[in-house]
Amino acid sequence: LQINPLTMRLQEMIRVIRSARTQGEERGIIQRECADIRSQFRQGDNGERSHSLAKLLYVHMLGYPAHFGQMECVRLIASPRYSEKRIGYLGAMMLLDEKQDASLLITNSIKNDLSHSSQYVQSLALCTLACMGSAEMCRDLAPEIERLLRASHSYIKKKATLCAVHIIRKVPELAELFTPSARTLLSEKNHGVLHGAVVLITELCERNPDTLVQFRKAVPELVQIMKGLVTSSYSPEHNVAGISDPFLQVRILRLLRILGHNNDTASDAMNDLLAQVATNTDSSKTAGSAVLYETVLTIMDINSESGLRVLAVNILGRFLLNNDRNIRYISMTSLQKIVQTDHNAVQRHRGTIVDCLKDQDTSVKRRALELSLALVSAVNIRSMMKELLIFLSVCPPELRSQTASGIFNAAERYSPSKRWHIDTILHVLTTAGGDVRDETVPNLIQLITTASELHCYTVHKLYRALIKDIAQQSLVQVACWCIGEYGDLLLKGECEEIEPVQVTEDDILDALETVLQSHMSSPATRGFALTATMKLSTRITDNVDRIRSIVSIYGSCIDLELQQRAVEYNALFKKYDHMRAAVLERMPVMDKNSPGHTNGDTSGEIKEPDTSKPKPVEAGLLSEPASQKHCCVYVHVVPTVSVYEKNGLSLKIQCDKQTETEVTVTLIASNSTQNDITNFTLQAAVPKVCTHSVFKLGSVFAHTNSRYSFQQPY
Amino acid sequence: MQFMLLFSRQGKLRLQKWYVPLSDKEKKKITRELVQTVLARKPKMCSFLEWRDLKIVYKRYASLYFCCAIEDQDNELITLEIIHRYVELLDKYFGSVCELDIIFNFEKAYFILDEFLLGGEAQETSKKNVLKAIEQADLLQEDAKEAETPRSVLEEIGLT
Repeated sequence: LQINPLTMRLQEMIRVIRSARTQGEERGIIQRECADIRSQFRQGDNGERSHSLAKLLYVHMLGYPAHFGQMECVRLIASPRYSEKRIGYLGAMMLLDEKQDASLLITNSIKNDLSHSSQYVQSLALCTLACMGSAEMCRDLAPEIERLLRASHSYIKKKATLCAVHIIRKVPELAELFTPSARTLLSEKNHGVLHGAVVLITELCERNPDTLVQFRKAVPELVQIMKGLVTSSYSPEHNVAGISDPFLQVRILRLLRILGHNNDTASDAMNDLLAQVATNTDSSKTAGSAVLYETVLTIMDINSESGLRVLAVNILGRFLLNNDRNIRYISMTSLQKIVQTDHNAVQRHRGTIVDCLKDQDTSVKRRALELSLALVSAVNIRSMMKELLIFLSVCPPELRSQTASGIFNAAERYSPSKRWHIDTILHVLTTAGGDVRDETVPNLIQLITTASELHCYTVHKLYRALIKDIAQQSLVQVACWCIGEYGDLLLKGECEEIEPVQVTEDDILDALETVLQSHMSSPATRGFALTATMKLSTRITDNVDRIRSIVSIYGSCIDLELQQRAVEYNALFKKYDHMRAAVLERMPVMDKNSPGHTNGDTSGEIKEPDTSKPKPVEAGLLSEPASQKHCCVYVHVVPTVSVYEKNGLSLKIQCDKQTETEVTVTLIASNSTQNDITNFTLQAAVPKVCTHSVFKLGSVFAHTNSRYSFQQPY
Repeated sequence: MQFMLLFSRQGKLRLQKWYVPLSDKEKKKITRELVQTVLARKPKMCSFLEWRDLKIVYKRYASLYFCCAIEDQDNELITLEIIHRYVELLDKYFGSVCELDIIFNFEKAYFILDEFLLGGEAQETSKKNVLKAIEQADLLQEDAKEAETPRSVLEEIGLT
């Protein structure tokens, strides 16, 4: 290192800047230096310009503005002195990018320097063009580059090749210009040129399928080159940890991948080589692992023999056990790519993958989670879920939501039983209720309604969870809903599937009231609790008055939603008491796609659909769709309604099933008199709103003691 | 490769090489956020992370972090080798390189990088060849300077 008095001044400046004790002091020094630099620039050619620019570049790296140096770069590049060109080009790469107008001004200098007698000057021009050349500059200089590709010796050739790569990235149409020369470059012996050639050919093939077809013919040549590298005797110049030029090997393997993809002939031609590399490469150091990694990626992406694929997956499996965390991470990234296509092969490594859930590094954990979720199947669902639930309770917060979703999806697809499914969801809600998506609550409610044999079990479990802790909102909401629906089952004091509780009506109402009054409960949760309380008025016998008073109190609640509900429930007690039983009846089984179930797509916001509040009954079979403005979709539950009671004839309409588009009802007519009723005619009418609906008549069943038969209508 | 950053444990930038066109403002933003992200990582964590839509490969050598942003199809492990090769080159050139060398001779660090990578790709895979080229270029620079230094009349005729 030759120390030059002028260099000292640059280093002196650096020293002074670094000695500044405060930001303000530094800024002062910088300001002084910049003024000095500016005046130096103004002085013109004085042999000091390159040092002034170097100082400016240092200042720029500290984050200070340096745009006044742009023109100086242009001038220095045009200088005949190498020292000035060198720093000028560096300045151009740091201060000028293709967005600056000044960058165009150096095009001519670059053009001249590309044919300079000194290869080091040519080198500067090539480097700069490849670093920051704009599309326009590239178009201008492409012919020069192409010439250098063919004519020059290896020092320049290798740089021209990579320059061509940059040009093609900027101006894809120019690919044609370089395609002919690219092929001949493969016969070069110089590793630098060869490496550049492979990169260039890769770029050409990725952009043009016709070119790709053309270069498939080069596969045997590429295989030969690889073979040479893999089997060659020790070459100190290119050796890295026992691997001969791993950089070149990796690029060739990548090119082979592109050429062999979806093509049997090409894939066959490289099969042996890939097997050889996969078997013989020493992976004790990173260089070898890098080559093995690229080999595996290639094997999996071409039409390889099944034996070769198994070999590749086994390599990945071995990587999973490597002490080096980087290798484990890489392995899982690759396994993720092939878990769908080579599912069984990856399953063999499930145990190791699950172990990686315990890794300290969050990136590794994330990979392990994604892979684990992809490996869940009907066969392993129970053991996998155990691991996933454990993971959920200890995983870093940023992974909880993903884990919860993954668990729900897996449970949805592979639950061995409804009870297991419900238990799993409850477990997730208890552990990570705050991280689940909003539709979890209605999804779970829907699931519970379908598992009618488990209603007693479910409400017991949820009741116990509720009295233990009311912090997890989603869990509390589901618990309230269940208690509102199936509270009578709690009071029975008996249950097949689980130890029953011994509770009184007051106990249950206490639990709900605690939720209502707690500051931890969100407004939505309180809504659930209030409605559940109301519903219990038809399921309990002694304490209805207590419910009446709760409902009346909340009629003046500040929360608008709660107030509205309370007022309506009050009305239900006072004016519509005759309808109360019907309105608050057990819910029918909800279809997954029924309006109350899914979040309204019509409005942008996602809020929980309000399955707890039944709409008061109005005349007509079909209730109007609720307004979507509040982003809450109401369930249009049509309960059983008595529509005619006279002279011993009673008619009831019972809703059996409803979906988004249709409602199925049963008309139950009963005759409580001693005499027969004759000439009973049923006529159905629909409101004008439903003029486009189709009315279908189902079967008619008659239960009669009469001598006369019941005629089937047509 | 899209860019390479060298920074200290305190987050001070020592070298920045950008192979994609970005405004100064964008570069500053990326640098600030990425440096923060990398510095927040614990020692035993793996060298790879996904940041925005980029793959980041980083490695710490003494007090300096070497951090590269690579494309989706690029091989992370070979990038580690590229970083290592660059460190070896610096080490050979400066003789047991330390952060101060790179601070006070930053332009040299750039020159060396520009003989190793071009347009974001490796141009020379032989350590020896890169060092030879730098050596020659340095000589050319010195020769040119010498040729320019004005000599006294006595010097010209060889009397001093």
